[in-house]
Amino acid sequence: METILKEIGVETYLYLSALLFSIGVFGILLRRNAIVMFMSIEIMLNAVNMMLVAFSTYHQDASGQVFVFFSMAVAAAEVAVGLAILVSIFRNHGSVDIDNLKNLKG
Amino acid sequence: MGEIIFYALAAVTLGTALLTIFSRNPIHSALSLVVCFFSIAGHYLLLNAQFLAIVHIIVYSGAIMILMLFTIMLMNLNKDDESHKPIAAKIAATIAFCLVGLVLLAGLLRTKPVVESYYYSGEDFQSIKVLGKVLLNEYMVPFEFASVLLLVAMIGAVLISKKDKEKSLK
Amino acid sequence: METSLVLLLLLAPFVGFLSNVFLGKQFGRTGSGVLGTLAVVASFIATVIFFMQVNSTKEAINIHLFDWIAMGKFSIGFDILLDQLSLLWLMFVTGIGALIHLYSISYMHDDENTHKFFSYLNLFVFFMIMLVAGSNLLIMFIGWEGVGLCSYLLIGFWYKNQDYNDAAKKAFIMNRIGDLGFLIGIFIIGYLFNTLDFVALKQAILAGNGTANLALIGTAALCLFIGASGKSAQIPLYTWLPDAMAGPTPVSALIHAATMVTAGIFMITRLNFLFELAPDVKMIIAVVGVFTALVAAAIGLVQNDIKKVLAYSTVSQLGLMFLALGLGAYEVAVFHVITHAFFKACLFLGSGSVIHALHGEQDMRNMGGLRKAMPVTFITMLISTLAISGIFPFAGFWSKDEILLTAFHGNTVLWVLGSIASIMTAFYMFRLMFLTFFGEFRGTEEQKHHLHESPALITVPLIVLAVLAAIGGAINLPGNNWLNHYLAPLFKGHEAHHLDNTAYMLMGIATVGALIGIGIAYSMYISKKQVPEADDKVQGLHKVLANKFYLDEIYMAVIVKPIYALAKFSRDYIEKGLSNIVFGFGTVADGLALQGKKMQNGNIGFYLFAFVFGLCSIVYYLFFVR
Repeated sequence: METILKEIGVETYLYLSALLFSIGVFGILLRRNAIVMFMSIEIMLNAVNMMLVAFSTYHQDASGQVFVFFSMAVAAAEVAVGLAILVSIFRNHGSVDIDNLKNLKG
Repeated sequence: MGEIIFYALAAVTLGTALLTIFSRNPIHSALSLVVCFFSIAGHYLLLNAQFLAIVHIIVYSGAIMILMLFTIMLMNLNKDDESHKPIAAKIAATIAFCLVGLVLLAGLLRTKPVVESYYYSGEDFQSIKVLGKVLLNEYMVPFEFASVLLLVAMIGAVLISKKDKEKSLK
Repeated sequence: METSLVLLLLLAPFVGFLSNVFLGKQFGRTGSGVLGTLAVVASFIATVIFFMQVNSTKEAINIHLFDWIAMGKFSIGFDILLDQLSLLWLMFVTGIGALIHLYSISYMHDDENTHKFFSYLNLFVFFMIMLVAGSNLLIMFIGWEGVGLCSYLLIGFWYKNQDYNDAAKKAFIMNRIGDLGFLIGIFIIGYLFNTLDFVALKQAILAGNGTANLALIGTAALCLFIGASGKSAQIPLYTWLPDAMAGPTPVSALIHAATMVTAGIFMITRLNFLFELAPDVKMIIAVVGVFTALVAAAIGLVQNDIKKVLAYSTVSQLGLMFLALGLGAYEVAVFHVITHAFFKACLFLGSGSVIHALHGEQDMRNMGGLRKAMPVTFITMLISTLAISGIFPFAGFWSKDEILLTAFHGNTVLWVLGSIASIMTAFYMFRLMFLTFFGEFRGTEEQKHHLHESPALITVPLIVLAVLAAIGGAINLPGNNWLNHYLAPLFKGHEAHHLDNTAYMLMGIATVGALIGIGIAYSMYISKKQVPEADDKVQGLHKVLANKFYLDEIYMAVIVKPIYALAKFSRDYIEKGLSNIVFGFGTVADGLALQGKKMQNGNIGFYLFAFVFGLCSIVYYLFFVR
């Protein structure tokens, strides 16, 4: 089965995922809403996943895709726990604005 | 043909990602992100990783995004009540964005391909059958660990989000 | 069979110690005393059995308990060596020890910490057995340190009195100085011969292995002698022993008269083959011994505390023993150790009986006329005093005479000095007797009313010891040298003295000398009814003697004060400087931390920015710099 890589090469995917990753970083820094920050983290994770899949196809090796499965499992766990934390923060503070969370002040 | 599809998908991916981080309403962000995930699943299909594409849609667009939407509604965050960040923070964020993008792109531009020219051997390496074998032979132990991790995460999430009875009594 | 008997011998006192420590309070005062006594009696019985066996077979018993240290070719086993010498020592250590335990049941009955006292005594006996029965220098060293520890614990037994605590510390520190010498000696021997086992050492030396390195052997012998002089209270380390009288009287009898202080003599006797290779060191031992005898006897002349007199007499007698050792007459020294153990234990216990009757009064100026009130104590102490003064036919006569005879054959100057010391001994011992038991009672009326003979538990040991002090000399009469034959396997052919005219003459001179001493004492304290003056009225030589030749003051000025000064200097300048440096580091770190703390401003956005910036730096370094 022919793949897209033949037409555009693996480099294009690298640039795409790098851009996606940068957008994730941008979102994290720009927003103060913790949920949106979470979404930005998901974007970053997906950028990396995409690169893994591209290389997996490029090398014709299943290991990269298996790694993506694990990465998804971790992401799912992270979201579950993270959202639970957010819920309990919301209960205590009434908002999920990270600027209100200054308990880490040294 | 493939080239056109790829660029279209890439445009959708980047555009919805940007929408996600820029829209003021968290619900709009979440919906844009769902579209973004779908487009990424499309990329997976382009790369011939069908199984992964399905799993991706189920896990991300299905489970994770639904969870996020539920949380948003639970917290009643569906209106635009986010106060504005100071200009300095915005500038810093932009600078960081440019910096990361620059560094990553420059880094990738400097890489040299290991495989001189890509060619497809026709070997089956990413059908469900092969993936299942790899997953349960080579990656047996990490696989089990992943299941334990998910279980722990589930219990943790329940525990953390449970209402503290003593506190609520006060 | 033998092994289990040895374990009984060694561990019975230890078991007694443990049970008295942990359960002593439950046993009650008498109970803990009985338990402690039984433990030592068990050891004594085991010793007697072994003694019989060795006496008939003439074969030393060497029992290997377990391997202790093994490194390459050098190994030290935990072995017990029961030969003629160690069994002889064990006989009187456990025998007299048992008697003193018995005595203590009554003597310590009114003390609040009786069980503690007996546990210490038992521990002491345990360590003493280890010291004596160990088959190599390291086990001996364990016992050596252990008895030092017990001595410390028992001197400071009445720990609520700060003076007693100081005396205990003094004893401990003085002993430590000697112990260091002993340890260095052990190291040198280990280095030279690659073994610490007595039997192996003897074989190595008899085979001539050590002769190549005589200087080092001499050093080892000297170091060992320093150790011995610490434990056995010789010049210059003797000052702890008189102060050690702070402990309860049975302790003085057991540790500071009969057993522990003889450890140094035991060690030198044990290693006689080594000292034979170092004639210079032997000469030093003889000279130190005779001077100790002389100095201590001179100080003893004017002491007024009944126990102090006995303490100085102990130091003096130990000096005589070292004189014999230095002259190579080991069996003579052993003989004197044994007789001395009998009469000195008896004397101390007798003085304890007197002190007990007078409710803690120790000053002889407040005694007198006790002869009628305490007949048993008086008679037993009289016998022992006659023995220590060297009056025919009591035990001390024979042993002291042997020493003086040896000295006469060895070096006339030593003989003269030794004889003077023994004349002084006769004088001060009878001074003690006259002041305590004759004349009128000089204490308070209340004490006079309560005067009484001590109970049987106290008098029975006294009687036994007095009998031994009277007839103990029989083990080595000039005509019937049982002890010499018994110890013969240990020493390189040392012929017994023949009973020639010189010997008779010397005996005569010694007896006359002792009688002269007694006569002087009689004229001073019975005829003229003198009583020693108060401490602040004495003058001249008397004052020097009463102040113990100012030796404590000299030590204070020469050694203790400079050490204090050094310590003060270190504390005031060196330590302060050091701590300023250390504090400086602390201050700098503190300042840095205060600045760094500002970065932790709690703003998650800022953290994230720093995080991203760091990530970019790493990627930049990995991809562009390298």
